Amino acid sequence: MTPSRYASVVFVAALMTCWSAARDAEAAPSAPGAAPPGAAPLPGDNRRGAALYESRCSACHSLDASRIGPSHRGVFGRRAGAVPGFAYTPALARSGLTWTAANLDRWLTAPTSLVKGTAMGFRLSAPQDRADVIAYLASPAVTPRPPSTARRR
Amino acid sequence: MPDPSRTLDRRAALGLGATTLSAAGVLAVLGAATPRNAFAAAASDQDVALLNAAIALEHEGIAAYQLGAESGLLTPDVLKTAVTFQGHHNQHRDELAAAVRRLGGQPVAAKSLGAYAADLGAASLKDQTGVLKLALKLERGAAHAYLGLIPSLTQTDFHVLAARMAGDEAFHAATLGNALGEAIPQKALIFG
Repeated sequence: MTPSRYASVVFVAALMTCWSAARDAEAAPSAPGAAPPGAAPLPGDNRRGAALYESRCSACHSLDASRIGPSHRGVFGRRAGAVPGFAYTPALARSGLTWTAANLDRWLTAPTSLVKGTAMGFRLSAPQDRADVIAYLASPAVTPRPPSTARRR
Repeated sequence: MPDPSRTLDRRAALGLGATTLSAAGVLAVLGAATPRNAFAAAASDQDVALLNAAIALEHEGIAAYQLGAESGLLTPDVLKTAVTFQGHHNQHRDELAAAVRRLGGQPVAAKSLGAYAADLGAASLKDQTGVLKLALKLERGAAHAYLGLIPSLTQTDFHVLAARMAGDEAFHAATLGNALGEAIPQKALIFG
């Protein structure tokens, strides 16, 4: 490889490294209230979470109807982008996520940092609020109904 | 006979020139894919997705007031207020749609009124109080939604737009809460 070609390759590599570092820095959660990486989720109160869900989430979500966002019944443990008939963004549909307490906490902290390009922008900034909503989403009140009692849509 | 050291210098200089040309060429080829432009494009795409979700929220609000107005359950005074609030949501939708278009996006379309009626359980509304409670729930939720959306939007103009819309939704919620006889919250920082 000639010196000039070598210098070009080094320059392009440096350019791509800077670009990648800046992109990674942007992807890091920076929202106030974000849990430190690896931190265990707080214990949640599902009854308080139900009230928070009603006041904070129900503008866009329902348990049994997909509205601005997808229906939430059975969301805990479900693959992201899997509610039939809901028009997900390509970003969420191919995210490969399965909803757990840990990634729901990251999602509610800063959804666009977890999945760039998602249409979900709402952030729940208080860690205890997130823990309570997640406890509600994981509670029996939100688990899938047996087929005989499921609401027809 | 040429001086070998001078020849070498000239080659080195040519090499440096070629390197500079290559770097400039790379930047020219990358064009729209330079970091700044790529980040700007990604930020715009992100804002389009978020603003379109807000448009979907406004579509549903407009439909909810339409369903209430057509229900025959509202007194004339309440109907007049509902139509006024619906007009606010029409203006929100138009502002958001204009923002999406400025970013090169396509505003999301509304669903049918029947689809909104099913989603919101409109068939279960039996009286004016029921209609007002549904409207209050949606308006209160929308105020929270806009406030929770602000940190995710990338452009300052959209932060301001979302904050102004949250203010409108909070005004609607206060009016509806008063009509339903709800107590004034004792704690501040009611929304967000």
